[in-house]
Amino acid sequence: MHRFANPTRFLRLANAVLPWLGAAAVLLLGVGLWMALLRSPADYQQGETVRIMYVHVPAAWLAMAVYSTLAIASAAFLIWKHPLADLAARAASPIGAAFTVVALATGALWGQPMWGTWWVWDARLTSVLVLLFLYLGHIALTNAFDDPERGGRAGAVLALVGVVNLPIIKFSVDWWNTLHQPASVLRMGGSTIDPAMLTPLFVMAGGYVAVFAVALILRIRALYAERRLRQLRLSLPDA
Amino acid sequence: MSEFFAMGGYAAFVWPSYGIAFGVMAGLLVWAWTSARNGEAEVERLRAAGIDPRRRQAGEGVQG
Repeated sequence: MHRFANPTRFLRLANAVLPWLGAAAVLLLGVGLWMALLRSPADYQQGETVRIMYVHVPAAWLAMAVYSTLAIASAAFLIWKHPLADLAARAASPIGAAFTVVALATGALWGQPMWGTWWVWDARLTSVLVLLFLYLGHIALTNAFDDPERGGRAGAVLALVGVVNLPIIKFSVDWWNTLHQPASVLRMGGSTIDPAMLTPLFVMAGGYVAVFAVALILRIRALYAERRLRQLRLSLPDA
Repeated sequence: MSEFFAMGGYAAFVWPSYGIAFGVMAGLLVWAWTSARNGEAEVERLRAAGIDPRRRQAGEGVQG
């Protein structure tokens, strides 16, 4: 694993898979859109609004999966002090924030017709809002120090403390009364959703994962270039 | 066709959801792409000017 911790080697590998990830994103999202909008049936209770599920649920999954990535990168940075782990963490948080915004916005657009309200301060919605603030806090904190090493460490500690929010999000629908429906896909005893809806959901989720991977690689490249420029400017006598 | 766009009367909720999801992801990718391109172009420009950021870093050592 440490072999790939060398930025040059990592970037060579990442750039080799980048076109494939991009192609996978286009293909999966294209097929996912077709299945979600045209092939899948309307729900017998929710009607056509069930189609919001195909963009909402993968966004919520990714919002949490990106946070796991952020937490793992942060732990790796604190333990091995490797700069690439710091770059990965910094690259992850804006992407996670974007998916969280999509989850919250599409959730509101689904909540209004089905629950009769855009927003309710219940455990599931509030804990996802906290997730967004964790991402934004991580972005702000990592950039708040002149010394990137210190910023990276502070951000990593915040990211690890915030991990406690992940099980709260996941189990909030079981622990507290809420308007939000309980887990229906990833649950003990199997999914309660029909395959005609489950397949487009997973295809779309695959597309979201590919988008995340492409964005993560590109942002790591951008941050790596930024760091090289910074080191260059520091090394110039007239800087 | 118009039935498809009407989304059973829920067009005002379904279409904005898809617009936001794909709009945000497209924006994310464009931002990531341009920031990588611009940063790397700047590194390349300085390197062409005879300043090698990577060589300047030498001595700091690459961990791993």
